[in-house]
Formats: sequence, structure tokens, C-alpha cells
Amino acid sequence: MSRDRTLPILGAVLLAVVLAGPLLPQWALFLVTIAIAKGLVALGLMLLLRAGLVSFGQALYYCIGAYTAGSVGKFFHVGDMLMQMLAGAAAAALVAFILGFLLARYRGIFFGLLSLALSMILYGLLAKNEALGSTDGFNVLPSTVLGIRPTEAWVRYVVVAVGCGVALLATALVYRYLKTPLGQLAPAIKDNEIRVEYMGTSVRNAIHVLYVIAAALSGIGGALAATTVGHIDPDMAYWTTSGEFIFITILAGTGSVVAPFLGAAIFGIIHTVAFDLSPNTWQMSLGTVLLLVIVFLPDGLWSLFTRRKAA
Amino acid sequence: MAVVLDARDLNKHFGAITAAMNINVAIEQDSVVGLIGTNGAGKTTFINMITGYIKPDTGSIVYQGRDITALSPREITRAGICRSFQIPQLYASLSVFEHMMVGLGVVLRNAGLDGYFSRKRPNVPGHDAPAEEVAERILERFGLASYRDKNAQVLPGGVRKLLDIALTMVAKPTILLLDEPTSGVSAEEKFGIMDMVMSAVKAEGATVLFVEHDMEVVSRFAQRVIAFYDGRIIADAAPEIALTDPEVKRYVVGGALHRLDEQQGAANA
Repeated sequence: MSRDRTLPILGAVLLAVVLAGPLLPQWALFLVTIAIAKGLVALGLMLLLRAGLVSFGQALYYCIGAYTAGSVGKFFHVGDMLMQMLAGAAAAALVAFILGFLLARYRGIFFGLLSLALSMILYGLLAKNEALGSTDGFNVLPSTVLGIRPTEAWVRYVVVAVGCGVALLATALVYRYLKTPLGQLAPAIKDNEIRVEYMGTSVRNAIHVLYVIAAALSGIGGALAATTVGHIDPDMAYWTTSGEFIFITILAGTGSVVAPFLGAAIFGIIHTVAFDLSPNTWQMSLGTVLLLVIVFLPDGLWSLFTRRKAA
Repeated sequence: MAVVLDARDLNKHFGAITAAMNINVAIEQDSVVGLIGTNGAGKTTFINMITGYIKPDTGSIVYQGRDITALSPREITRAGICRSFQIPQLYASLSVFEHMMVGLGVVLRNAGLDGYFSRKRPNVPGHDAPAEEVAERILERFGLASYRDKNAQVLPGGVRKLLDIALTMVAKPTILLLDEPTSGVSAEEKFGIMDMVMSAVKAEGATVLFVEHDMEVVSRFAQRVIAFYDGRIIADAAPEIALTDPEVKRYVVGGALHRLDEQQGAANA
């Protein structure tokens, strides 16, 4: 068996991004950061998908992460990016831990729609909450890193660099998790829950753990997005945002922990190009791409790599 | 011999149907017990009650001195009672080897040996070797080594059966319940599979209860036979006694035993 080079490859790609960063235009840096933020959410969705669960409401945790990051800045004057991401992840994980007791009981369409409903409840609550800016949301404090405030020209770049570092760390942790017995249980749960129970372990517990990990990743992604956009609003919890995450996950496939980031980057590129070419019908282009992927690459873009290896 | 499992006064009704009535069975350690009966006689209900899948209306199940009646299937598995299934319960997308690794992973996890940051490969409790080695060993013992990397979906029926049973061995069960280990398997394969299973199971040192419709298989492998009819036990004895019991002959064995008699007669002649 050849050595798995997943992490070194991701590390090299992210390092290349960091090194090339100063040469990239601001808009490209922005795209990369958003791709990393969404890639983190998609990584969480991928974990759930491996166990056969599709969450139609992962924007719930993306939004919680973003609002937590924004709130610690707004109300506690914590402008440190890393602290904001940590807070975002912790808040998302805590909410997921509580809601997980309910959601881990459901499968299939019930799991999907229940998660959608919860995200829409948050959307409704935020839209009505004036302290948090109602439907307008509010601006997020300019970021600092470890107490240092980068100059205007370098903010974007610093955010990208920190984002790359956090993404690599989070992915490494997930990668390690997938090698543990609990991580390896997911496909078995997808295939045959009864047998898993009869092997002597709790399916519900395993799903609960997965759900919390996925939420924490989404929380980090949301916090990162908040920092880089500089503004948050309830749309981050809206169902179309969740839809984007599912789009990215399907586009990427579940073949590797790197796939969600690739998927998010390609999603960003398609979105940008399609919007540029035809601002009124860009959704059609996205839809066409999704259709083609589902028909020709049912295991996602990542299968392009694994197929070649198998041949 | 020591009693390892004691079912006392089990009763179970599904509406008007009696699935178990006054079931009293004490299973001795290291014995091999065949459970026979027509469809709907209560054999699988008995197994389902022992494994916690359904709860008896009344009565109790005591395993190694501990009342397990109220435990869930996974708690009962952890306690050391494992089962295989009439229709193999496999993971369609996993290879044979991955099946073993998932099962062994659960054993490690239940023993608290799945340390997230630990790079060591701990020995699987009861097997004294790391998971990969135990997996290879079990596959070897069940004659599944050549199917190691095959996907479960493409396995032939007999191999699926063997894998289903081999999966129960990862937890080092004290008691093994085999629900029709040879059903759906061709007549030629039956004895081969049973030989394989029994020698593998005995090497691991487990008490075995198996449900079986083929009386030749029962008389060859069981040390004790329990015959069910209409939710009751109508015979509980050594195979040569139980299988010739008039009630068993009438309600359970039917034509099968006559054929067996003839064959034995022919062999003796």
C-alpha cells in the first residue's frame, strides 16, 4: 500500500497559496478565503454524508459561527481572528451538541428537513432581532491576529494566510479522526445500522459525534467568512446558503478530506464566471454543472483522481 | 457443567399469537445446542429475546449470574452474546477485510482503546494481537482469506453466510447464536459450512445455539436439541432422543427424519 499523501498535498497547495498571496489581486484573495470557509462547511457535510445523512440546514452552524465571531467583536471587543474562529466553533458545537439529541434520532428526509427547519428558525430569529441588526445584520470588527493589526493593504492577505493554516489544522484533525474506529464506522452506519448495533455500539451516539464535528467545522467556516466579508446578515442561515454547501459537497465527492476545498474553489470560480457572463441566469450555469457532475461523475470531482489511480 | 445462560419462564405474545409460552432453558457452557421447529414455532423469537431485540412479556434471562432481560442488543453484545442472521447482515459498500476492521474497531472502542492521538496499534482485547492481524486470522479460519478485498455485494451466498458468522467472532463471544447458518446455501455446501463454522467457533471457545431446519445437520452437530412448537418447547434432549420423540416427529421433523432413518439404515446395512 502506497503512503497516503493527502495531507502533504493539501499542505503544499495551501503553502503555495500563502506564498503566491502577495502577488494575487485582492479579489482573488477574497475568493480563496471564501472557498476555504465554505470548504470547511462542506468537509463537515462530507462527514455526515459518509454516514448516509444529508443536512439541508448546515447554514445554521455557518451562521452561528459568523454571528458568534461578529458578536464577540461587537459586544466584547475581541477582534482577534483566531479567537473569533474558536468562539464560532465552540458556539456551533455547543448548539449541535444540544440539538444532536433530537437530530441523531432521525434519518433520511426527516434528518434533512429537520435540519433545514432549525436553520430557518435561526434565520427568523435573527431577522427579528434588532440588537443584531435585523435583516441588515451588522459589520464585523476589522481583524487582528495575535494582537497585531495588519495594515489595510495586507488585511486580505493575512486573513487568507490564517485561513489556510486553520483549514490545514482542521483537515488534519478530521483526517486523523477518519482513521479511528469511530471514524471508520460511518460507511457501516450508512449500509446497515442494525448490524452496527449488534456489533455492540450505539449508532445514535456515533451520529451525534459526527453532527457536532460537522457543526464545529461549519462554525469555523462561518467565522472566517464573517472576518473576510466584514459584514454578516441572517441570509447566512437561509436555506439557499445550505443549498450551496450541499452543491459543493456533491460537486466534490466524499473521496478525500481535500475534496471539499477543491469543490468550494471550483464552485467559487463557476459562480464568479457565470455571474460575470450573464448576471441574470448564473443559476442556470450552476445547475447545468451540477447536472453534468451527477450524470457523469456520480462520486464527485474527486473521483477523477481516484479513477486514474485505479486504472 | 456450569450454566452460562438461564432463560426462566419466558412468555411473549404478539396480539393473539403466542410466540413464547413458559420457556425454561438452561444452557451449559461449551455446549452446542440445536433449535428446531417449523416456521413460526418460536425459535427466532427465543433468539430475539436473548439478544434483547424483543423483550419478553414476563420471565427473565440470566447470563453468567447477571439479569440481562432489560438490556439493549448492543449491551448484550458487549456482555458476550453475539448473533448471526438468517439473512446475512453485511455492509454493502465495504470489503470483507473492512467488515472485520469495523467490527474490531467497535471492540477496541468499547474497551476504550481507540485513542485519538495514540499512534500505537493496541491489541484487541481477547485476541492479543493488533486489529489487522486478528482480522487476517479470523478470515483465514473461516476460509475467507481469498475474498479479503472483495466487496460484500459481489460475494456468493455461502460466503456471505460465512462472513456474517465470522463477523460475530471479533468480539470473542461467550455465547454465539446462529440463526439458520445454512439456510439459502446449497445442499452440497451445507456440511462444509457447518464444519468450517464449528471448528472456528470451537477454536475460539464459545457456547453455540443454532437454529436449523436440516435434521441431518442438527443430528450431526448438536449435542442437545430443543424443539419448539407453537411457542412452547416440546422436547429438550440429546439429538437421538429428541429427534425420535413422537411429538417432535409429528410437529417438527415430518418427512425429514424418515429420510434420515433410511439413510442411516442404508449406511448400517
